Amino acid sequence: MKEEVLSDIINVENLVYKKTPLMTDNILSYCPGCGHGTAHRITMEVLEELGVWKDTIGIAPVGCSVLAYEFMNVDMQQAAHGRAPALATGIKRCWPHKVVFTYQGDGDLAAIGTAETIHACNRGENIVIIFVNNGIYGMTGGQMAPTTLPGMKSSTSPYGRDVHIMGNPLKITELVAELPGVRSVTRQAVHTPGNVRKAKRAIRKAFENQLKYKEGLNFVEIVSNCNSGWKMTPVHSNKWMEENMFPYFPLGDIKVDGEIVNK
Amino acid sequence: MAKFKGAIVVDIDRCKGCEVCIGACPHDVIGMSSEVNIKGYKYSYMVNPESCVGCANCAVVCPDGVITVYRKRIEQ
Repeated sequence: MKEEVLSDIINVENLVYKKTPLMTDNILSYCPGCGHGTAHRITMEVLEELGVWKDTIGIAPVGCSVLAYEFMNVDMQQAAHGRAPALATGIKRCWPHKVVFTYQGDGDLAAIGTAETIHACNRGENIVIIFVNNGIYGMTGGQMAPTTLPGMKSSTSPYGRDVHIMGNPLKITELVAELPGVRSVTRQAVHTPGNVRKAKRAIRKAFENQLKYKEGLNFVEIVSNCNSGWKMTPVHSNKWMEENMFPYFPLGDIKVDGEIVNK
Repeated sequence: MAKFKGAIVVDIDRCKGCEVCIGACPHDVIGMSSEVNIKGYKYSYMVNPESCVGCANCAVVCPDGVITVYRKRIEQ
């Protein structure tokens, strides 16, 4: 294509996609190919589309996404390890008109924060929990997490996770789906364009539920890769995730409007 | 028949060279540069700009949100 034709296309009136202004211009601290960046972006796109970003308070966890407040251009608060649902509970109860969400990883939500997660879900706090599950503690160097798959190698299970010694992976998403306080539960992924669009719809639905119904917690799990922790290239880690993570953590809606749909 | 021509603009210094966009592109438009950016990563660019239809798949899947997509309708 000739240069002048290209410059003809690259024009503001032909714009179809650009990074949302709700993502700051800071360079993301995540590894190349990490699903966190995509999960951040689609969350911010949803808040922009719903027009509620001025009234939104997000809770950043401890983990790789501890600096989420540097990248998400909405009001944010950083919680102690695992305590994001407790902090979100306090914020939502003090300011019921605010849109409140937490953004947590599996080490944060499913290990140290299990009590906070389960009790916030059981109380039916009117918040959105976005749970990024990559089956490993990424930030601290790839240690075994509650969601590490059986046989999966990590720095603290170098011969693979032996379920007889180390226990089984925790399906916390299915666990919280059983609780009556939870309105919707879904599991998505962000490694292909189709999955990103589906995940964005799921997050949008969760925020719409929070705005429409004044009770019930909405839970979105995003199965993601951790190419550094898994010791793979980004593209290979996405393929590995499809082959190994998805059979154990199947994608799709688990609970819709208080009814379990996919058991 | 109407046809769409697309183009992408990559924010070179923010690209981390993960190559996820290459697999997401249905028309094999994107390739990796032989040079590196300010951070030392190879960055993605349009190797095959004639084939781009502006579907925005690359931008949607880009973890760092570095791709901006343009699309123009071309009457034939």
